[in-house]
Amino acid sequence: MAMLEVSNLSVSFATPEGTVNAVNGISFSLEKGQTLGIVGESGSGKSQLAFAIMGLLARNGTARGSAKFNGVELVGAPLSVLNKVRANQIAMVFQDPMTSLNPYMRVSDQMAEVLTQHRGMGKDAAVAEAARMLDAVRIPEARARIRLFPHEFSGGMRQRVMIAMSLLCQPDLLIADEPTTALDVTVQAQIMALLRDLQRDFGMATLLITHDLGVIAGFCQDVIVMYGGKVMESAPVDPFFDSPCHPYSRGLLHSLPRVDQEDAALFSIPGSPPNMTRAPKGCPFQPRCSNALALCSDYLPPLTEFAPNRKRACNVPVEAL
Amino acid sequence: MLSPIDISALALRLAKLDEVKGRSLWADARLRFMRNKAAVAGVILLLLCAGFAAFGQLISPYSYDYIDFNIMGHAAEMGAPSWAKGYYFGIDDQGRDLFARVAMGTRISLWVGVIGTAISVLAGTLYGAVSGYVGGRTDSLMMRLVDVLLSIPFMFVLILLLVMFGKSLTVLFMGIGFLSWPAMARIVRGQTLTLKSREFIEAAQATGVPALRIILRHIVPNLLGIVVVYATLLVPDIILTESFISFLGLGVQEPQTSLGELISEGAKTMRYGTLWQLAFPMGFFMATMFGFYFVGDGLRDALDPKDR
Amino acid sequence: MIAYIFKRLLVAIPTLLALIVISFLMMHAAPGGPFTQEKQLPAQVLANLNAKYGLDQPIWVQMGRYVWGVVVHFDFGPSFVYKDRTVNEIIAQGFPVTLSYGMTAFVLAVVVGVTLGVLAAVFQNSWLDYVAVGISIGAQVLPNFVMAPILVLIFTLWLGWLPGGGWEGGDWKHQIMPVIAMATAYMASIARIMRSSMLEVLTLNHIRTARAKGLPTHKVILRHALKPALIPVLSYLGPTFVSMITGSVVIDMFFSTGGIGKFFVDAALNRDYALMMGVTLLVGVLTIIFNLVVDVLYAWIDPKIRF
Repeated sequence: MAMLEVSNLSVSFATPEGTVNAVNGISFSLEKGQTLGIVGESGSGKSQLAFAIMGLLARNGTARGSAKFNGVELVGAPLSVLNKVRANQIAMVFQDPMTSLNPYMRVSDQMAEVLTQHRGMGKDAAVAEAARMLDAVRIPEARARIRLFPHEFSGGMRQRVMIAMSLLCQPDLLIADEPTTALDVTVQAQIMALLRDLQRDFGMATLLITHDLGVIAGFCQDVIVMYGGKVMESAPVDPFFDSPCHPYSRGLLHSLPRVDQEDAALFSIPGSPPNMTRAPKGCPFQPRCSNALALCSDYLPPLTEFAPNRKRACNVPVEAL
Repeated sequence: MLSPIDISALALRLAKLDEVKGRSLWADARLRFMRNKAAVAGVILLLLCAGFAAFGQLISPYSYDYIDFNIMGHAAEMGAPSWAKGYYFGIDDQGRDLFARVAMGTRISLWVGVIGTAISVLAGTLYGAVSGYVGGRTDSLMMRLVDVLLSIPFMFVLILLLVMFGKSLTVLFMGIGFLSWPAMARIVRGQTLTLKSREFIEAAQATGVPALRIILRHIVPNLLGIVVVYATLLVPDIILTESFISFLGLGVQEPQTSLGELISEGAKTMRYGTLWQLAFPMGFFMATMFGFYFVGDGLRDALDPKDR
Repeated sequence: MIAYIFKRLLVAIPTLLALIVISFLMMHAAPGGPFTQEKQLPAQVLANLNAKYGLDQPIWVQMGRYVWGVVVHFDFGPSFVYKDRTVNEIIAQGFPVTLSYGMTAFVLAVVVGVTLGVLAAVFQNSWLDYVAVGISIGAQVLPNFVMAPILVLIFTLWLGWLPGGGWEGGDWKHQIMPVIAMATAYMASIARIMRSSMLEVLTLNHIRTARAKGLPTHKVILRHALKPALIPVLSYLGPTFVSMITGSVVIDMFFSTGGIGKFFVDAALNRDYALMMGVTLLVGVLTIIFNLVVDVLYAWIDPKIRF
């Protein structure tokens, strides 16, 4: 059995404008040590998927379906169960390092409380351990700087602190939700390199959520493409980048800037992601799809395996793309 | 890939998909306000109180200062509310009709609240808008003055004023109005600062519109939302201040009266069992306050929607 | 930090001087003096009285003397009405009483208000929330002068449990009703502010991080949410403290607690300017000190604020 087994997971939010279905019946699994990337535009529900697994949805959000971690059901689990898993077995790095750390608390206290909570360590031992972890994420003078407040760190350094904090209990799974989106481009590369090294050293499974296919290519073994709260395509990284088999995946790949094609105008998929209060009945991508068939607006086929390890949900035959 | 024709068809389809009814900010706010039950209840409560204040004295068979010497001093035995005698709310200690007096008190409390707020809002908005718009040294000097005024114990100075210039409605209006504008000025200044950097102000400046005109024509109208909300929440505060002072007997002059003074009289006589003297003024005071708070909260939520 | 406090106190001096001068000038612009009474005093007596209190001097001399007395000797001069008692003596008698029940009321309002607000926010849309919101909505129309008669009606006249007035050296039975009457409305406001601020803080990203750490709810609230949620309450505390001291005027009148408020109202009714100014200035000083305390508290909560 896989370490993380997500099946038919849905997330919806009750808003004054009606119910928003952010995630619509998603299934996938993750093995020990595996790196999986989930890619999609903003609003495709990829972050909410992660929050649902961690039980961190906003108050008005509900998750349905199942997410089993080492056989333990997480969806709808009581807080006591979730709190044993959080940080201890599944840790999470968030998108915005500027606001994800508590601005009113010293970094040392914020990091130490993870260890005092889950490992029952004393305060001093916990701080010393935390400083070692800051060292591991290559923060210079970690022992001194751990006493600082978050606003005394730069954005990239704060994300390093977040990463160090998430690794304190040596979790089996790290969920990184757009860990580099809020950072400068040069810092992005440093953080991704750091994550790659840490993943190799610690050997934890990683679920990387991003809108950046380039990041996926450099980091993950497998990729899942999400659109409108649904999985469009899932595949190992190499064949995926060779031949994406979904019109949306193709659009995403086409819109990557490429160094080797000098004067080609940058492509972008026309339109914008669907308004999820009135999710379309058929394929969510259909209004923006240049291959759309007549039946696409009414029917989306289930995710089916069409080649070894490769799945897609599309009415258009692969050959016709 | 996409042909140009496909793209235009796509654009059309998208336009239909994203079609949202365009509504103005104010129309939107009105809709949200009307959906808020507490706010609507507040409006109804206020309308009832205002109606009572306006017409109460016409309905009552007695004038607010008519003294019935037959029952004067016998309020406990003969002065209970009675429909037959025309004393709907009973009488007070001096044999005066409480219905007419409560109507009078409500009217004066509402007047003080509304006029005091008007003075405060007018002064505060202009001061804050000028300070924020002009900026620089003038701004910091003007705001320093506001700081000084805000650290003056408001109520004590107001009582000082009333003692010095004599108890009168005018002193009450003016005193409350002029003492409560600094808070308004501060809020307005903050808003002006953010407005100042907006494009339409810069456009007006670029075309050479004089500063005062920009403030009056462009800044102030855009402050309306926050001013309206703040003003509605200021009215009950001012009524509270006025009632507080009247409770101490430092407010309006007899035989005029206000809710605070009536509550004070009711409190003094409650041990004789004339509870109606306390209950009616207190009821109207609380209803008025509830009304303004509900309307103010409703307006704030309508104009600044946040899920609370 | 100490330098900052010192600087703030220096800035406060012109504020106080302005307050002294403005109120002094206003008093002299006012019609009538402390010895204007129904019964006309003989001209000679009046002149003697005026000479005794220095009222025959040019106004700037009077002002200079007063300011000098206040600033250098902390002396507010003699009371015009309470014969042979100085303003200082009266303040020394009444002020400890006011502070005694005033501080109790203040602490009660803050502690109960904050607790109610936090509980309502944490258990949003539960019965606890509805009860807390109901209490705070109801209590905001119960200012001291409404609350005081209601309390006396219930606990003194109907139930006969508590004495309706007096101080008796601060006996707890005599303090209960003044404290509750004073605190109720402010407790309600604090609860409301605390609730909405806590609800907002609970949606912040760093709270999600705290939850992702596997911390139990009470640790998330107390360690991570309480401090930021307190900031709006803090800015409300300065004005609240001043209004509460102001409220002592009603409390002292109604419960005969013998605090400074009673003397102030008597002074107001008798045109005892010296006493009125003394009390006003004292409250002004308290306001400034309290605002300073609040600013220091801000710095304690928010590490980004440095002096």
